[in-house]
Amino acid sequence: MVIECTHVWDHISGYLDDSLSPETRELVQLHLEHCEICSAILDSTRNILVLTADDRVFEFPVGFSDRLHARLALEIAGASGDSCKDSAD
Amino acid sequence: MRDEEQIIASILSGDTEKYHDLIRPYERSVYRIALSLTQNESDAEDVAQEAFLKAFRNLAAFLGRAKFSTWLISITLNEARGRLRRQSLVRMESLDQTPEEDGHVSPALLRDWREVPFEALERKEIREMLREAIVGLSPIYREVVMLRDVEELSVEETAAALAISVASVKTRLHRARIVLQKALAPQLKTANPKRRWFQWS
Repeated sequence: MVIECTHVWDHISGYLDDSLSPETRELVQLHLEHCEICSAILDSTRNILVLTADDRVFEFPVGFSDRLHARLALEIAGASGDSCKDSAD
Repeated sequence: MRDEEQIIASILSGDTEKYHDLIRPYERSVYRIALSLTQNESDAEDVAQEAFLKAFRNLAAFLGRAKFSTWLISITLNEARGRLRRQSLVRMESLDQTPEEDGHVSPALLRDWREVPFEALERKEIREMLREAIVGLSPIYREVVMLRDVEELSVEETAAALAISVASVKTRLHRARIVLQKALAPQLKTANPKRRWFQWS
């Protein structure tokens, strides 16, 4: 059985996640071996996803961690204070 | 590997300082998810801080059915959505109103693809291009891409964090990935200097 390019496109995401059934995966694989367009679509999609996951795309602000932990420290101190108060009551 | 259940149990029994250690590995993820939804650094920082505070205040309600990280991410998503609703910056789509979900989308057709190397991310315009493509997705697609492809949660964890079915995650993910390929592949192809040496035409 041979599948068309448009059917292969429907399986690009499943192929990348390795979640296709063995039969479908084999059909897609066979198609990719002979179709440079679908191979380029698959490679470009995979490459783009790998790039988007890089830490440099959504940069982490300087000082974020310090500000966060300072705020948490206040909350935690407040919670401890409450529990001290509770136990004193 | 650290035992998060043990750390959570310690915090709940009074060693609250351990909360700092519990959340350290997730600071970046929570901030990035918040930023991808709010699209504003200051709002993202507020959302992230609120999410960590809420998780601390409600830690006793965390039942351990999901991973702590998945629970924390779902709190972050709710916090970001709530803020967006309050600000009315975007129209929030309800989960049963997803007209785009049925529409067909085709990828950009390329004859060949020469991989864009990580070094390309040193260039500001490439980073901006990727960021804009992600934030340009509708919220329901952006969320799955952020959780599955950027934060690398499993499909099941993504479904749990978003409170949607695994099938919906797969459908949305497929569409989102093709939309990103369509938007980015032609631009990245021309932005990749190595390509010029091998252009066919």
